[in-house]
Amino acid sequence: MADISSTFLGIQSPNPFWLASAPPTDKKINVLRAFEAGWGGVVWKTLGSQVKNVSSRYSAVNFGAKKMMGFNNIELISDRPLALNLKEISECVRLFPDRAMIVSLMADNNRESWHELIKQVEDTGAHGFELNFGCPHGMTERGMGAAVGQDPDIARMVVEWVMEAATLPVITKLTPNVHSVVPTGKACVEAGSNGLSLINTIQSVTGIDLDTFVPNPYVDGKSVFGGYCGPAVKPIALKMLTTIAQNPVTSKVPISGIGGVSTWKDAVEFMLLGASNVQVCTAAMNHGFRIVEDMCEGLNNWMDEKGFKKLEDFIGKSVDKITHWEDLDINYHHVANINQDKCIHCGLCYIACEDTSHQSINLTYGKPYNTYTIKEEECVGCNLCQLVCPVNDCITMVEKRVAPEYLNWKEFQKRGLPLNDH
Amino acid sequence: MAITNNRLTVDQYAENFSDIHPPFETKDAALTEANRCLFCYDAPCMKSCPTGIDVPKFIKQITTDNVKGSAHTIFVSNILGAGCSRVCPVEKLCEGACVYNFMEEAPIQIARLQRYSTEKAMELNWKLFERKPLNGKRVAIVGAGPAGLSCAHVLARAGVEVTIFEKESKGGGLMTYGIAAYKVTPAFCENEVNYILSIGGINVQYNQTLGKDFSLESLQQSYDAVYLGIGVGLARQLNIPGEQLTGVEDAITFIYNIRNNGFASVPVGDRVAVIGMGMTAIDAATQAKRLGAKKVTMVYRRTENEKPCTQEELDIALLDGCEVIWLAAPKEIIGEQNRVSKLVCSKMILGEPDASGRRAPVDTGETFTLEVDMVIKAAGQTPYYSLVNDAQLQHQDGKIKVDHGAITNIRGVFAGGDCVNGGKEVVDAVQAGKDGAAAILDYLNVS
Repeated sequence: MADISSTFLGIQSPNPFWLASAPPTDKKINVLRAFEAGWGGVVWKTLGSQVKNVSSRYSAVNFGAKKMMGFNNIELISDRPLALNLKEISECVRLFPDRAMIVSLMADNNRESWHELIKQVEDTGAHGFELNFGCPHGMTERGMGAAVGQDPDIARMVVEWVMEAATLPVITKLTPNVHSVVPTGKACVEAGSNGLSLINTIQSVTGIDLDTFVPNPYVDGKSVFGGYCGPAVKPIALKMLTTIAQNPVTSKVPISGIGGVSTWKDAVEFMLLGASNVQVCTAAMNHGFRIVEDMCEGLNNWMDEKGFKKLEDFIGKSVDKITHWEDLDINYHHVANINQDKCIHCGLCYIACEDTSHQSINLTYGKPYNTYTIKEEECVGCNLCQLVCPVNDCITMVEKRVAPEYLNWKEFQKRGLPLNDH
Repeated sequence: MAITNNRLTVDQYAENFSDIHPPFETKDAALTEANRCLFCYDAPCMKSCPTGIDVPKFIKQITTDNVKGSAHTIFVSNILGAGCSRVCPVEKLCEGACVYNFMEEAPIQIARLQRYSTEKAMELNWKLFERKPLNGKRVAIVGAGPAGLSCAHVLARAGVEVTIFEKESKGGGLMTYGIAAYKVTPAFCENEVNYILSIGGINVQYNQTLGKDFSLESLQQSYDAVYLGIGVGLARQLNIPGEQLTGVEDAITFIYNIRNNGFASVPVGDRVAVIGMGMTAIDAATQAKRLGAKKVTMVYRRTENEKPCTQEELDIALLDGCEVIWLAAPKEIIGEQNRVSKLVCSKMILGEPDASGRRAPVDTGETFTLEVDMVIKAAGQTPYYSLVNDAQLQHQDGKIKVDHGAITNIRGVFAGGDCVNGGKEVVDAVQAGKDGAAAILDYLNVS
C-alpha cells in the first residue's frame, strides 16, 4: 500500500483531500461529519466582517443526463458570528487532531482588521490560514475578495499586512477572474505568502428561466453573477495551475489545487501539474462526504500500480510536458484507425469529420448498417472521431511520423518548408 | 367443456387487457432514456422503420424540451406514429437495429419514447400540420385503415379534398379491429383517428362497403382519383374435414369481436387450439387465455426457427401460459353433436426449402389428437379476390398489382397496404399510404 499521507507547509493530513472553504465547511456539524467520513482536512469557510446572505444561492448547468456539470453560487463569506465560528473551530481541532484545519480569512481592507482577525484565529489551534482573494461576488463591491486578487499591488500589500501578524503558515487563494493568475501569484509570494491555492470560482451566468426571463439563481425576480465551479471548470483550473507551477517565482511555494476535483483521477491530474494537495467542494455538495472513500482508495491503487510510494513521487511530473506551441514537433503525425470489430455503426465519427473536419472518413452505405473507414491520406490526426466515438478503443490513433527527426515551427519557417495544401 | 362468454369479473378483464407496454410515467423517466440515445448519423433505427421516422431527431427533441417538435418529427413521417408506438414489432424494426445491440446493451426504448411524444400531442391536441389552400382536387379513398388514413392526411395537407369510404362504423382498420386489445384500446384507436382527421378536409363515410353500397366506377366518375386501401379480410381456410363445426372460428373474427363487442360478450372455449404462429395467431391465443380459456395450445407446422412472429410476441404467449406444439399440422376436426371435440394433427418434419426460403414441413404420416372445444384458425388472410377481379384490377392471387408502389392498371386508381402486399405491419401500410398520396399528387399535378 502506498502512503497517501500529505504534508503541506508542515501541516499533516492523512490524505491530500481537503474540503475547500465553502458551505460544507461552515459549521462544526458539517466539518465533524467530513472528518468522520475521512477527509484529510478542511479550509473553514471564510471569516470576516458581518454579512447577510440571500435566498436562493445556487444554480447549476446540467449536461444531458448529468446534473451539476457546472455549479455556481452567490453566497458570501460566513454569515455566522465570529465567536461561534472560532469556538467550533477549536472543538473540531480538539476532536480530530490528526486532520488539517485551515481557516479562510477575508478581513476589511485595512491592516488593523487583518491583524485583529489573525490574532483571534491563531488562538483556536488551527494549523494555517488561507487568504480569500478570490470571492467574485458580494465582497468585491466592498473592496474585498476578488477586488484584492485582481490587483497585484493590493494583493501584495494585504499579504504583507498578514505576514506581519501571522505565526501560522499562510496560503493565498487566487481568483481566476483575471487575464493571468501569475502577476497576483507572484506578488503574493514576493510579499511572503507561504503557499498558493487556486482557483477560486469564475464569474458566471449559468442560465435563464425561459418562462420568467430571470437568470439563475433567482432572487425575487433578479440575479447576479455567481461563482462558477464544478467539473466544468477543471480544464481552466488545470491551465491556471500550470502557469503557476511553471513560473520560477510562484513554483517555489506549495500549491493547493482547486477547481472541479470530483474523483481521485482529477486529484492526480492536479498533482501531476504541480499541486501538492487538492481541495474539493462541488463534488461533495453533489454527493455528500462519502466520495472521499473512493478518492483515497483509487489514489492508493493507482500509486501501487505505478510504483509510487508517496505523493512526492509523482507531484509535478507533468509540469514540463506542457510546452510552447512553437516547440511542438511538426513531424509528429498520427492517423485514426477504426476497429471494424468494435464499430457499432453509429456514424458519429463520419458526420463529425465530414461536416466539421477534413472529410477523412469513407461511408459505404448499408441497410441498416453503414461501414466507416479512414482515408489515411486525408486524415490530419485531429482526434475528433476518436473523441465522439461511444465505444472505448474502437478508434485509435496510429503514429505515422512525417519524418524521423524533431522539427519545430521556428525551424520549419527558417527552412522555408511548404505549408499545407488542403 | 363448453364455449361460454362472461367468464371473468370486470376487474379481471381490466387487468388481463391492460396496457402491455406501459408508457413512461414521468418526464424524468423519459428523459433518462432519451439521454441514452447516441444520436446516430444515418441511423440504423431510422433506416429500419418502413416509414423512415427520423428517430434520433425526435429523441433529441425530447431531451431539449421540444416535445412538440418531437411529435411533429414522428407524425410527418408516420401519421399513425402514436398507434405504431404501441403495435409495431420494434424488436425486428427500429429497436432491433439500435446500435446498442452491438454493445450488448439494451437498445433505446424507441417505441416508448415515441409514445411519450405522440401521446402528449394527442392529449393536448397539438395542431402540428396546416393545410395548403384548396386546389379544387377531390380524391376518394376506400378504407379508413392505416393506408387510407395515411394517404388521406398527406392529400389533405396538400390542399386536396378527401372522402374516405369505410365499411365499418369506426376508422383505424386493422388497428381498431385486428390487434390485441392489450396493445391498443378501442378508446385509443378512436382518439387516434379523430386526431388524424382533426387536420380537416377529410370526410369519412362510415358503413359504406365497396361492391355493395358503391362501385369503383362511381368513384372514378365523381372524383379526380381513387385510392384503394381495402386491406385483406378473409381468413384463409384450412380445407380439412370438420372446419364447419360449431366452435371453429377464424382469428380475424375472434379478435374483431373482442375489439368491437367488449370482452365479456366474447365466448371462448375451455380448451382452445390456435392454428398458426403469426402475429394474429399470437393475438388470438393470448386473448383467448386472457378471456378465461383454461388451456390454449398453439399448433404450428414448422419449427420455432421458422416462426413468423417475433420472439417477443411468442414470449407473451408463453408467459400467458399458452402451450406450443411445433411441427404439427391440423388434419381433421372431430365433433360431437356438431360441436368441436377434438383436433387431429399430423406430425411433420422439415424438408427442403420452399418458395419462402424456409424449410417446408413434410407429413410423417403419424398423427396425434388434442382434446379441444374450440379451434381458432390463424393461418393467414387472403385478399378480396373477387372484389379485385371484378373491378378489372390487375392482380396476383387477389393482391392488387401496382407500379411505383401505388399505381394500378386503371388510370386514376391507386392502391396500397395489405390489399397490395397481402398483409404486413401497420407501419408498412402507413408508408404505402404516403407512397399512394405522392403518386396521386403527381397524377393530379399538385405540388
